[in-house]
Amino acid sequence: MKSIKISMMFLLVSTILCAQNYPSGKTILDKVDNNMSAKTRVLTASMEVGTERTKRTMVSKTYGEGDHKGYTEYLAPAREKGTKMLKLENQLWIYSPATDRTIQISGHMLRQSVMGSDMSYEDMMNDKPLLEQYKALVTGSEMIDGRKCWVVTLTAIIADVNYFTRKMWVDTERYVPLKEELFAKSGKLLKRITFTNVQKVEGRWYPMSFLYKDMLKEGPGTKMTIQEIKLDTPIPESYFNLGKLK
Amino acid sequence: MLKFLFKGLIRDKSRSLLPILVVALGVMMTVLLQSILGGFLGESIETTANFTTGHLKVMTRAYSDNSSQIPNDLAMVGVDTLKKSLQKQFPGITWAERIQFGGLIDAPDSNGHTRSQGNVLGMGISLLKSDEEINRIDLRPRLVSGKFPSKPGEILLSDDLFHKMNLKLGDKVTLLSSGMYGDMAMYNFYVSGTLRFGINVLDRGMMIADIADVRQALNMENAAGEILGFFTGERYDNKLAKSAAKTFNARFAGNKDKFAPVMLPLAEMNDMGFMVAYSESIQTFIVMIFIIAMALVLWNAGLIGGLRRYGEFGLRLAIGENKHEIYKTLIAESFLVGAVGSVIGVIVGLLLSWYFQVVGINFGDSLKDSTFLMPSIMRAHINLTTFYIGFVPGIFSTVIGSMLAGIGIYKRQTANLFKELEG
Repeated sequence: MKSIKISMMFLLVSTILCAQNYPSGKTILDKVDNNMSAKTRVLTASMEVGTERTKRTMVSKTYGEGDHKGYTEYLAPAREKGTKMLKLENQLWIYSPATDRTIQISGHMLRQSVMGSDMSYEDMMNDKPLLEQYKALVTGSEMIDGRKCWVVTLTAIIADVNYFTRKMWVDTERYVPLKEELFAKSGKLLKRITFTNVQKVEGRWYPMSFLYKDMLKEGPGTKMTIQEIKLDTPIPESYFNLGKLK
Repeated sequence: MLKFLFKGLIRDKSRSLLPILVVALGVMMTVLLQSILGGFLGESIETTANFTTGHLKVMTRAYSDNSSQIPNDLAMVGVDTLKKSLQKQFPGITWAERIQFGGLIDAPDSNGHTRSQGNVLGMGISLLKSDEEINRIDLRPRLVSGKFPSKPGEILLSDDLFHKMNLKLGDKVTLLSSGMYGDMAMYNFYVSGTLRFGINVLDRGMMIADIADVRQALNMENAAGEILGFFTGERYDNKLAKSAAKTFNARFAGNKDKFAPVMLPLAEMNDMGFMVAYSESIQTFIVMIFIIAMALVLWNAGLIGGLRRYGEFGLRLAIGENKHEIYKTLIAESFLVGAVGSVIGVIVGLLLSWYFQVVGINFGDSLKDSTFLMPSIMRAHINLTTFYIGFVPGIFSTVIGSMLAGIGIYKRQTANLFKELEG
């Protein structure tokens, strides 16, 4: 009995000591933010969408300023070429050249997939800093692709969130997320994102490729590959105007 | 013998009038109930068949497994070849391609930006090539304003949504939906007419377009979510449907591809199994109820008649007539009463059924907030069974009633007859 008590005490003390070695969740998220957030970004990316029947690859060019402004133009394939999306704060518009119409996406449509991918408009729109929506707690460390990562569990502190819980694996040296899992309030895993090909871009570590998998959909998921990226480059204000869509 | 009994019945009206009236009333109720319930159930089944399920439906296996989600990414391709093969294999069945879809309808302002939006539940049917589908879904009486599409790009919208979005006939609207390959689908349509279904779920946001336009909009060339089969000029026949599905599915039994076609009979879709089983058993149920109820009434009538004819039976026994003979004549009399009552009941029942078949009963107001497909006017349906179903309870119940009431004949003691007659 005495030996059990000693063992339990040892386990408790060692757990506390180990926990004390973990940085706080806020510290990690701040560092991720510092590493990855740029004032502006211009990137060309390919999006490979796997469906039950076929695989489609789309190429798009995105202009982003901060977290609140974004403009994307699809360059390929022919059916999607010329389709443009504009995000201003919490509003989203889509322009389709085939119909010559600009449509505002709102309500339940925001939960629909972006161009048939595993990503929803809501995923794309969610631009609030994580620490404003979640409390972060480092719950351990794990190896991902040979890199040591902090496991950060985020739990919602506001009601209006797309995912109640998120689990994020953050590289302990480069402060880049390597994996993220998004859960519903029931605990059901809804989406899994795997970040790969981390490269140094203009002094910041950046994952150049990621696989977005909607766990409720069959299929291999959506693979995004950044072909070209420029950070903190000036973007004319006209890009973030409805007139740019037509 | 029968002639003699018949004359007796006519001359002694107190022996025949009440039983004939009871039988006629019961038979009339049986005929009327059979035609009304059969008609109502049949019409509900046919409405669902015409609108959603067909008598038979062909889909891919994967689409069938997730059909509630209308997964057009799992739709059938090479539909023209499949349809030709279905027509060849089942020449007695008419096949119609359909595409169901969900999406958003967006109306532009003068700058081409969003003015108003509404969610739609869409259906692509053959509208331009022929009137077959318009008649099948019974769209003509549902057209509230405008006209049916006469050229590509025109659509019909539910009247409620049309007004909610402040649209005018001829206005351009854009459909935003998902294509068959998961791509974003945006397509311009023009509203040519509005519809009212009387069914809340459809009136909230139904859109009907020509299937060729829907194919164009959703990138579904030579594809369709469903091919519906309809028995030509007939109501749903579960045995026939099951047999056709079995034959068709046997062709693809060895094909493990989830995009292989599968055929389902109506009874196996949209929880229609209970409805079909109920519709099949309702006739037996009605007949049984009326046989039991009428037999009880006629048993009592027979007992009263037996009491009234106590002296007659005693005299007949006293002069040497066999108990079996008396019992037999009693049953033969009741058979005649049953037959006459049944003929009268069937005629009156058929006339009433015909009235309800032509005029129908309007349930429009009661079904205003309905969430499932039901015809607003329910009609009786006269079929071959309606002509003979009444004879079953009519004759059986009279004969059974008499058989029960007549048992008393065997309890009479010959030794006591004269004493009874003296009294």
